[in-house]
Amino acid sequence: MIKKRIDRRRFMIRSAQAVGLMLLAGCDKLSRSEWFPGILGSAEGLTRRVQRLITPRKAMAREYTEADRSAVFPTNGNIDPNNPDYQVLAKNNFADWKLTVSGLVERPAEFSLSELRRLPSRTQITRHDCVEGWSAIAKWKGVPLSELLNRVRPLPSARYVVFHCADPDESGQNYYESIDFDDAYHPQTLLAYAINDQVLPIAHGAPIRLRLERQLGYKMAKYIMRIELVDNLVAIGGGNGGYWEDQGYEWYAGI
Amino acid sequence: MSDSNDNRIEPSEAPESENRSEEIRPSAIPSELPVTEPPVPTDSHAPAVRWIYRHTVPVRLAHWVNVLCLPILVMSGLQIFNAHPALYLGERSDRDRPILSLDTVFSDSGEIRGITAVFGYSFDTTGWLGASRDSAGQIHRRGFPTWVTIPSHQWLAMGRRWHLFFAWVFVLNGLLFGLYSLLSRHLDRDLIPFPKDLRGIGRAVRDHLLFRHPKGEEAARYNVLQKLAYTGVVFGLGPLILLTGMTMSPGLDAAFPGLLTLFGGRQSARTIHFVVCFAFVGFVAIHLFMVAVTGLWNNFRSMLIGRYHIAELGVDHHDQETN
Repeated sequence: MIKKRIDRRRFMIRSAQAVGLMLLAGCDKLSRSEWFPGILGSAEGLTRRVQRLITPRKAMAREYTEADRSAVFPTNGNIDPNNPDYQVLAKNNFADWKLTVSGLVERPAEFSLSELRRLPSRTQITRHDCVEGWSAIAKWKGVPLSELLNRVRPLPSARYVVFHCADPDESGQNYYESIDFDDAYHPQTLLAYAINDQVLPIAHGAPIRLRLERQLGYKMAKYIMRIELVDNLVAIGGGNGGYWEDQGYEWYAGI
Repeated sequence: MSDSNDNRIEPSEAPESENRSEEIRPSAIPSELPVTEPPVPTDSHAPAVRWIYRHTVPVRLAHWVNVLCLPILVMSGLQIFNAHPALYLGERSDRDRPILSLDTVFSDSGEIRGITAVFGYSFDTTGWLGASRDSAGQIHRRGFPTWVTIPSHQWLAMGRRWHLFFAWVFVLNGLLFGLYSLLSRHLDRDLIPFPKDLRGIGRAVRDHLLFRHPKGEEAARYNVLQKLAYTGVVFGLGPLILLTGMTMSPGLDAAFPGLLTLFGGRQSARTIHFVVCFAFVGFVAIHLFMVAVTGLWNNFRSMLIGRYHIAELGVDHHDQETN
């Protein structure tokens, strides 16, 4: 009788395990299917619309005090671009680097690093949230992107700001990212050239990186070489608006 | 058996459905659901069984949507957690001060070990946490093992897709359930404990520990521990998991900075989210256990099609246990 009970219990456990493994395999199969990730991805549009609906356009990310800063701000992603052109610029402390702003603008322009530093700046101590789950706090200084946009004057047809970067992956694809105008004109959206009162080091994206405080870290492109204003994202990279977006991450990284 | 016991069997005429109390619709069922007709008492010594309509359609729907969502949310959540398998308090992640971490270390001989550290205490959890085998049997650096994450191997982008999609389903389901419960008075009639329930809590705890579960009329309504468990999930764990999830969003933090203050920072919110996740897992485990020991099929059927049968008290014959 007892043995029968144990057999039955073992049978139940084994059955539950078998069903569980089948369901798990099913989830893996769905993840690799053509159609299912698209359905899951539809939540991104809902999240973006709802967050934008309930968030005032100029709502500010929390700013912290000097004492709140991380002792070590982790480096992540590419930390030293494997790109000869970039390395030449770096050797000269980016004195020859020029940021091109072009695309759907009235007055395309180039800015040297010293020109950017002479533009109005903003300093903010903010929290950086990585998609992996960790957070770090640092003090950033840079020129608000809106200052640049006001100088180049976007055409009415422009909808996105695309950042073309110098850091390639193993296959040679350079990093890129894009944001829309809600974020581009946000007061905390900076082209940062300093972290914690130091010149932005290479590991953190020298000479400039994007700060986009209401979204996750992967949106904040480092090693920016060129800014392009476009009306759609189809023709750039894999067409999803960013390097990680082309690998399945959300374009709207507000959560 | 006395006559008074027989009198407790419900009359076969169904009262007006608006008139039913405590969501019970006595024995109008046989005409609607003739397939599983209860045994008709042939004499006064047969077990008396009464059918009630225990769970309404919205409650059942909400329940099964939760059954779909919860495992997916937990397992895709562990997938996301695996991208940085450590927890912190406050706003930042100071790597040298996690309160929990699932680390992977290599011994001098190159052997891979999984080390779980909680509040500074370390445990070797190789095979389970920190390092575990993949489907090919190869041991890898991994927070939680492949068989508790969706997808099974490390794939953060896909884990996030599963999680953020089913989070919407779960939250909307919860909001609809809350609205329904309020309007239908399911909330105050069935879920929120009455003062007299709370006074009986000591006895209820003792009875549960002794596996003496409510029978007869008492089983027709939720007992005080059930009420506390369900309201605790609906008003405690549910809002907590939602709000801590929202606090992890840099976008929502800008809209509602109070969230950060409420939970003591984004990393604290992430830690609370993790703990509440396991509170849900604990609730489900106890819930399934209680479902099994208080009449598996009767409980299951009542959540599937609504019908729940009650053995009348007083007919305490050997054949009273019909499940």
